[in-house]
Amino acid sequence: MINLIRFIQKHHVLLIFLLLEFVALSMLFSSNAYHRSAGFNINSNVSGVFYRIQKSVTDYFYLQQTNEMLALENARLRKQLTYQSDIISKDTLQHNDTIFHFIPARVISNNVHFRNNYILLNKGFSAGIQKDMGIISPEGVAGIITGVSKNYAIGMSLLHKFAAISVRFKNNGQLANLSWQGGDYRFGLVEHIPAHLVVNKGDTLITSGNSQLFPEGILVGTVDDYLTSVDGALNKAVIRFATDFNALRQVYIVDNRHKFELDSLLMLRVDE
Amino acid sequence: MNDFFRHSLRFVVLIFIQIMVLNHIRVGSYVNPFIYPLFLMLLPFRMPQWLLLFIGFGTGFTVDLFMSTPGLHTSASILLAFVRPYVVRLASGAPLPESASEPTITEMGNRWFFSYSISLIFVHHLALFLLESFDPAHLGDSIYRILISVPVSELLILLLIFFFQPARKR
Repeated sequence: MINLIRFIQKHHVLLIFLLLEFVALSMLFSSNAYHRSAGFNINSNVSGVFYRIQKSVTDYFYLQQTNEMLALENARLRKQLTYQSDIISKDTLQHNDTIFHFIPARVISNNVHFRNNYILLNKGFSAGIQKDMGIISPEGVAGIITGVSKNYAIGMSLLHKFAAISVRFKNNGQLANLSWQGGDYRFGLVEHIPAHLVVNKGDTLITSGNSQLFPEGILVGTVDDYLTSVDGALNKAVIRFATDFNALRQVYIVDNRHKFELDSLLMLRVDE
Repeated sequence: MNDFFRHSLRFVVLIFIQIMVLNHIRVGSYVNPFIYPLFLMLLPFRMPQWLLLFIGFGTGFTVDLFMSTPGLHTSASILLAFVRPYVVRLASGAPLPESASEPTITEMGNRWFFSYSISLIFVHHLALFLLESFDPAHLGDSIYRILISVPVSELLILLLIFFFQPARKR
């Protein structure tokens, strides 16, 4: 017993170091998982206030740019609307019929130069945002919500180790997975493309609709470079993201009203 | 009490600069300068080591809160706090003079402070970038980032020091 106390006295610094490092590393590795603990996200309320003040100043410098971008999007949506109203008359389309709802939010903090980048948004569960909802920008897909507090939400952008999304080549409908390997924030990578697939520079990638995060057909990016592998088996394509992550300001959170229903259905399949 | 206030103020200012300014600076996509370790570097020599460790924990945790990276900066900061006494010994080469109270340029001289700070920054960045990617496949990438970010952080720290350090008393 005395020996033990003596040991602790002698090595107390090392023991404290190991203890604290253990706490820190367990925080790191438990949070690295795709689902981040709710506990740590509480603080997004604290840092959220901080970032909001910062943002309220800097936003003024980008008003014109944001305006133009939203005006462009409006024009595009208006065009789609006139096209669709030919097919479906307005009164048959009930509010409840639409599966995907969009919650507008502003980005109050965002990074592009870390290995794993997060987006902090100015709306939380009081605005109906929940974990695992998709984030899209006016230009295309932006990320996935990973945690919410009352008034703020945090999400990983596509520039994240765990943010792989299911995409589809628009011209031939082939599925692929898009991920980000770090480095340049403008480019992502699609791996494992079968050799028989014809991919050209400039081909468009859209969301597949296979995950319930995003509706089908949202723009993701375009093929910037096509890399054929040496052994000719599986090729890669470098994708230029449609979203400019460095200029992310206004986003929409995708609320899939059928997600719960779909999830419980999938659970049934697992139980069987 | 005066000392306590001085160190607390330095803590607030450094964290503020780190979060409001440096986290938004991008030179290429590889340079991430971090200057908040300067706070831990400048704590007094006589501070007990266990307290240093706890302060390291607190500092890293605060940065983590603002960057939503739980545990990442915390573990790097604790490591820095742990190796600090060894680096002090290594940089001095001899037992510290009795008069030395704080590891500052004014007390210890330019050359001593340079080797002291760059060693600690290196340890901190090494832990930080390796833990951040934590993937053997990106090892080369991480090392590249470390090698670029360390000199930039060190340069910023030296600039800050030269600006805010009081002139040599003698």
